[in-house]
Amino acid sequence: MRHIISILMENEPGALSRVAGLFSARGYNIESLTVATTEDATLSRMTIVTSASDAVIEQIIKQLNKLIDVVKVLDLNDGKHIERELMLIKVRASAAHRDEMKRMCDIFRGRIIDVADGSFTIELTGSGHKLDAFIESLDTSAILETVRTGASGIGRGDRILKL
Amino acid sequence: MTQVSNPNDKQETSPQFTGAEILIKCLHEEKVEFVFGYPGGAVLNIYDAIYQQDKFKHILVRHEQAALHAADAYSRSTGKVGVALVTSGPGATNAVTGIATAYMDSIPIVVISGQVPTYAIGEDAFQECDTVGITRPCVKHNFLIKDINDIASVMKKAFHVASTGRPGPVLVDIPKDITATLNSFEYPKTVEMRSYNPITKGHSGQIKKALKLLAEAKRPMVYTGGGVVLGNAAAELTQFIQSLGLPTTSTLMGLGGYPATDKQSLGWLGMHGTYEANMAVQECDVLIAVGARFDDRVIGNPEHFLSRPRTIIHIDIDPSSISKRVRIDVPIVGDVKSVLADLNDLIKSEKPVQNTAALAEWMLQIEVWRAKKFSEFTLDEKLIKPQQVIKSLYEVTKGDAFITSDVGQHQMWAAQYYPFDKPRRWINSGGLGTMGVGLPYAMGVQLAHPDAQVACVTGEASIQMCIQELSTCKQYELPIKVITLNNRYMGMVRQWQEFFYENRYSESYMDALPDFIKLAESYGHIGMRITDPADVEGALREAFSPKLKDRLVFMDFITDQSENVFPMIPNGKGLSEMITGKES
Ligand SMILES: Cc1ncc(C[n+]2csc(CCOP(=O)(O)OP(=O)(O)O)c2C)c(N)n1
Repeated sequence: MRHIISILMENEPGALSRVAGLFSARGYNIESLTVATTEDATLSRMTIVTSASDAVIEQIIKQLNKLIDVVKVLDLNDGKHIERELMLIKVRASAAHRDEMKRMCDIFRGRIIDVADGSFTIELTGSGHKLDAFIESLDTSAILETVRTGASGIGRGDRILKL
Repeated sequence: MTQVSNPNDKQETSPQFTGAEILIKCLHEEKVEFVFGYPGGAVLNIYDAIYQQDKFKHILVRHEQAALHAADAYSRSTGKVGVALVTSGPGATNAVTGIATAYMDSIPIVVISGQVPTYAIGEDAFQECDTVGITRPCVKHNFLIKDINDIASVMKKAFHVASTGRPGPVLVDIPKDITATLNSFEYPKTVEMRSYNPITKGHSGQIKKALKLLAEAKRPMVYTGGGVVLGNAAAELTQFIQSLGLPTTSTLMGLGGYPATDKQSLGWLGMHGTYEANMAVQECDVLIAVGARFDDRVIGNPEHFLSRPRTIIHIDIDPSSISKRVRIDVPIVGDVKSVLADLNDLIKSEKPVQNTAALAEWMLQIEVWRAKKFSEFTLDEKLIKPQQVIKSLYEVTKGDAFITSDVGQHQMWAAQYYPFDKPRRWINSGGLGTMGVGLPYAMGVQLAHPDAQVACVTGEASIQMCIQELSTCKQYELPIKVITLNNRYMGMVRQWQEFFYENRYSESYMDALPDFIKLAESYGHIGMRITDPADVEGALREAFSPKLKDRLVFMDFITDQSENVFPMIPNGKGLSEMITGKES
């Protein structure tokens, strides 16, 4: 099953490689990984999306907790949570297609953040499925470039991952 | 510019030391007795500081791999943290095998490696390598010091992390410029790490549940591992086993955790374990694992293992060891010593009613298995049987020596025919299975226990992987007895080729062997060659005699080439699917 794992860790050089190295050394898969510092500059927060059996997810959580730089680990799938991903997508927008592209963007609640002669750059946020759906709704030849951040997640309501 | 010293300014008045001196002071604070190392450009400042101190002794090895193994064995035999020091680049890469060996067996060591100066890092400088990156997967943790102010706190953390929780190697990489910079020194008294707080106390509810299951069990069985030795829990384990009258077996790493000569002990289990231990673990209805990890060489095929219904209790300090290969019914995370003490207290206060009738019947069944005597061997008149050498070694040393071993058939025979009654006496590479550890292991042990009898049981292939250390042994006058079971083959490889590759002995014959007697002599030691079974005991008595008490004796026993290690669980098979070697 697909799990979103949130990790709070020391903001030390090399901490990211310890996590990435753990996943490759033990043969765990990573669908996506995002990381940035938190409001407390000594801590980084990482979100890893992975798919595995329950037994393997249990091992992943234990192995992450074992890393000396890791302060806290939370499997967001243990409770209600929200997941968001950001995509920047550059699409062909020639004079004849500009209106239609704008309409598609509105339907998906995207924002055009850059306009050039033959292209738009659209910013789109949502679940991974929504981003996939947007890509699928476009003609492949219309897509010039995409970049996605990978999922970030947070617990709903009182579920808080903090020191 | 004139410097005006301000008496109120601590920075100005406190004495200044170089980074190298600070590092050495940290080792003094940690009461380090030996540093095993090898110099080089990046650690010259540190070596200069070592030259000017005499609180610890530096042991100059002949290859960095041996420095790591010796530090590792120092730790295995004493329980203290071992320390090794190597230079950057090749010094560090040579150390990797030793670090990985210690990591696999959870041995607490601190490795200090030199690094190129901070300003040169990343420029492919001479003897630069990414030591932190290379060692990351085989250390418990590692540090790159980038600021002189961090030396003391990092060293304090390094010793703390190495020796607490599930122990393991910690590496500290220090760039050369930092070892030359001046700073004041103050060693932190305590360590505070918000991200590292190992659990020690076991959950009392789980402990109660475990005791209830064990008391009600019809066929209870104890299975102990290296955690008992590392956790200094032998006394607690012995009390626990004896108060409930349970049968017990150990892994290769746990030998000596419970006296092997006691009747409750079934010997060790696993690929070459005893018939009775393997059968009992397979057939028991309640299994309690203590500081063990259900590794593939121990329980064989996990599916076959789980094909028998049994309830499993698992005590371990490392949560990730629990339910890793086998699902556990009653996990108890905690320090084995503390959990066993709690169990013992509970046994005293609750006086649980045991299923004594069933237990007695179970013990009878175990005796039936034991009576098959699958571990016996027959002496030969002409050829020395390797088992005979170990049996004699046991008798001659009265079972009280420290035995280090290399990797191969000789390792299995040493463990099978030299029963250990005390922990920290059996020193071998169980997890990584590193050939070459035997001699450097013996060095670390002999230095830590100068008056003890130390024997290194090895094969003619393994010993050649670190044979250069005979020179170190001479320099420090280490009276190790090297017991080479010379079968002219990488025997363990040959055995697998005989069983599973239709006798195609591909590259397992040890051709062009040196004359070990002359070799030992050229290093300044004594060499003996023993070819006749009738001479085995006499030669050993001579080697261990007071006359040769201060000498390293290299004993080259020419043994039966065709001997195999039994019982054996073939790869991928289950515990009860042993080849005993006595099949008709
Ligand atoms: C460094 C290393 N390389 C290869 C092996 C694989 N290996 C395991 S046992 C063995 C043969 C050991 O031969 P020897 O030391 O003569 O001991 P014997 O089995 O004959 O007693 C080999 C090559 C290993 N364990 N370690």
